[in-house]
Amino acid sequence: MNSQTKQSPLPWGGDGGGFKFFPHTDEDLQAMLKVAGVKSLGDLYADVPDSIRFRKDYDLPEAQSEIELRQLFESMADLNAPLTCFAGAGVYDHYAPSVVQNLIERSEFLTSYTPYQAEISQGTLHYIFEFQSMMTELTGMDISNASMYDGATATAEAVMMAFANAKKATKVLVSETVDPKTVRVVETYAKFHGIDIVKIAQKDGVTDRNDLLAKLNEGEVAGVVVQAPNYFGIVEDFTGFADAAHEQKALFIINNVASDLAILKTPAEWGADIAVGDGQSLGIPMSFGGPGVGYMCCTEKLIRKMPGRIVGMTKDNRDQRAFVLTLQAREQHIRRQKATSNICSNQSLMALYVTIYLSVMGKQGLREAAEQSYAAAHYLCDELTATGLCKLTYQQPFFNEFCVTFNDLKADDILSECADYGIAAGVKIDENTLMLAVTEQRSREEIDDLVSIIKQMKEEKV
Amino acid sequence: MNNKLYGNLIFELSKTGRKGYSLPKTDFQHSTSELPKALLRQNEAELPECDELTVVRHYTNLSHNNFGVNDGFYPLGSCTMKYNPIINEEIAAMKTFAGLHPLQPADTCQHALELYYALQESLAELTGLSEFTLNPCAGAHGELTGLMIIRAYHESRGDEKRTKVLIPDSAHGTNPASAAVCGLDVVEVKSLANGTVDVDDLKRLIGECGDEVAAMMMTNPNTLGIFEQAIPEITKLVHDCGGLMYYDGANLNPMLGECRPGDMGFDVMHINLHKTFSTPHGGGGPGSGPVGVREGLEQFLPTPRVVLREDDENGVAFHVETGDYEKTLGSVGNFFGNFAVMLKAYTYILTLGRENIKMVGPLATLNATYIKESLKDVYELPIDGLCKHEFVFDGLKDKSTGVTTMDVAKRLLDYGYHAPTIYFPLLFHESLMIEPTENESKETLDSFIAVMRCIAEEAKNDPELVKTAPHNTPIGRVDDVLAAKHPIVTWRQLKAEQ
Repeated sequence: MNSQTKQSPLPWGGDGGGFKFFPHTDEDLQAMLKVAGVKSLGDLYADVPDSIRFRKDYDLPEAQSEIELRQLFESMADLNAPLTCFAGAGVYDHYAPSVVQNLIERSEFLTSYTPYQAEISQGTLHYIFEFQSMMTELTGMDISNASMYDGATATAEAVMMAFANAKKATKVLVSETVDPKTVRVVETYAKFHGIDIVKIAQKDGVTDRNDLLAKLNEGEVAGVVVQAPNYFGIVEDFTGFADAAHEQKALFIINNVASDLAILKTPAEWGADIAVGDGQSLGIPMSFGGPGVGYMCCTEKLIRKMPGRIVGMTKDNRDQRAFVLTLQAREQHIRRQKATSNICSNQSLMALYVTIYLSVMGKQGLREAAEQSYAAAHYLCDELTATGLCKLTYQQPFFNEFCVTFNDLKADDILSECADYGIAAGVKIDENTLMLAVTEQRSREEIDDLVSIIKQMKEEKV
Repeated sequence: MNNKLYGNLIFELSKTGRKGYSLPKTDFQHSTSELPKALLRQNEAELPECDELTVVRHYTNLSHNNFGVNDGFYPLGSCTMKYNPIINEEIAAMKTFAGLHPLQPADTCQHALELYYALQESLAELTGLSEFTLNPCAGAHGELTGLMIIRAYHESRGDEKRTKVLIPDSAHGTNPASAAVCGLDVVEVKSLANGTVDVDDLKRLIGECGDEVAAMMMTNPNTLGIFEQAIPEITKLVHDCGGLMYYDGANLNPMLGECRPGDMGFDVMHINLHKTFSTPHGGGGPGSGPVGVREGLEQFLPTPRVVLREDDENGVAFHVETGDYEKTLGSVGNFFGNFAVMLKAYTYILTLGRENIKMVGPLATLNATYIKESLKDVYELPIDGLCKHEFVFDGLKDKSTGVTTMDVAKRLLDYGYHAPTIYFPLLFHESLMIEPTENESKETLDSFIAVMRCIAEEAKNDPELVKTAPHNTPIGRVDDVLAAKHPIVTWRQLKAEQ
């Protein structure tokens, strides 16, 4: 080692043993420090009071090479094979054609920032415009924003939007059949925002119409929130809900599982003012619950009250059609505390998953996947109830998810037994009730296996 | 990148009867026609019908209209556009992680929970705080969560009147917006001429309403890239009046290896994993905004929480817990955050390891300082002195040409660079905020410096060239007013126009 190496402020010195994300050679460093007018990297922090300087080493693992990283993650993967998934409750194991993941990984999409510089961001702006268009087609609504974090926060934002829209209101009504995870988020936002959340009772697994009307009649209601299919998988009939809400000047908000809108009556057809939900079912991996994507659509009247990014069409100075972030006067970077929301990003790349997915599936493919999910779920329901071990918890129409209550088997035992066979058998609702979801990915064989494992459990018990 | 626009929309490539998918044949006997007709949609969704190759070409061509970190230098101030390591993407896409359902039994996903837990612990170590939640999905979401923690803390002590948040006038717009969503009132603290917090003004405000102060929100270094040297005094003032200190982690990158927010005296903070921890911005998301708290505030963190706990059945194991947290602020999302993003961040931490991660801050700061010192003779440096990972010019030094910061930014696009952040912070009229990150080589910085000098020359000799830039991009400057005056935000509206 020569003396120059010893003085090097870099941990790898001048020996050529640099780190792959730091291009600075020792020579570069000396030249740059000179221009910076300091003697050492430490001098760049001379303004940080000594009392708060961090002088230790972080208590973290040492640097890992790619080979070591792979070994680490693959060894973990070996211990945890993916399960055959019958779990749902907001996240569904639908299939995404290979095209989707491949195109998503294009670095021009992946490594770009929010499209503020429209001139070099038309790729992002185009697909967001397409995403907005597709979401309005699915929901039937007039307007869509560029996406939200997830369905739960989108619902909470819709509740705040309804509250801001109302002149004299203190509360928002939320049906008890809405996913409790969504309700928890709505209640959290509402609590800090000064909105009362009042629950609409459920009856036989669906929103109790009489309770809704009674609570609307009490007045001071800014909005009404329902879900379809609801938390239990039931497709509810919302006939008359919108009119009743509007009579009290309340906004009607429907939360959907996006893919199911291929078949189900749209929020627009039900008379909703705001449509929200999760778009994960449209081509996004389950990824342990995130990232997914939330969507928010509304009527044209409400466009300037909407939170989040919106992309609109315009022209450039060469008279070409172009797209741009628009209506930014609603947003935090302009309006600060008077903005419609604090959200400053969207789930852009996740919106791209949805957009590419819907482009390859098209209107026919989306319907077909939904039909197959429906048919497979009903087949599973038939087979399960035919065992005589359980019955359908609610005698209501359902889509691709349903609850069954077992006579004496415990939900926990079923989940744990099936996990041993590599199956996620659903989500526990209560001690004896299990909720199961089926997508087009589940074969007859997989469904039959699940049923026979449960049957066998009963036999072993006897 | 394209210099000619590929301008199609997928809807314009659609033709009735084309198919881009295939599904297995099934023989289940059920169909949705069994559902009551009143529950079925009447109007069909007009989604595109395209074959697979058409879709592949369309999105590939669209991508060519874009500019990412992998395309070139991205000196976008306050955004920390660092390199997004390729291996991170591969790890996050592994079926063993991407195929996990968030509600599957905990004993079938110990590996994922272990990584989740390890990231929580690593972030606590890197920031000098006690515990983290990884639930928030983005920086703004983290800010909101952090403020909720602060309100929950005050309310737990029965201190209901703390509804004010002190925010420096140089702060990013999300700070006041998050405060408003959280039901708090914003009180602006003035900046001194050198861009740092005016401690006298802070004292005055605390004197006026100290017992109503819930918290003070700050970034450090601040939005000008300047380290707030008075931070020990500021935290003491706020703590003495009963408020908490909130650290906006937007500018955490230069602090790695040098100074931890917890040691500065902050009580609550968020981190943007998509800045400091190298996860891709994805054109505006998904991000991830973990929130950390100092000891004593853990009980207010949102649920669900991932914990390591011992029980009779499984011994020591990781669990996802939702109940049993009486003082929790509640929940801020469907599940427990953007897991795939966390995997990328943790892979990054392991890749750097303790020996390299401490170099991130100093090298980011050196790169910024190098650019600043190399350009301050032609661009107006309103505040001289040490900067950290970024700094702000107030436009060109020579204002006589009429060339604005907007023009400089647009001209940079012609030269194959992303523009810096412009017109922020609001303290100057012609703000041009430059942040190079630690990943850029001296050669890249030298080329950028040369181009910035060249643009300054052009502004003198041929101002029209700069004022009408960009010239080499797929589109020219856009008409923002037209877009906002008559919003067309869907294909249906666009068709109706034609």
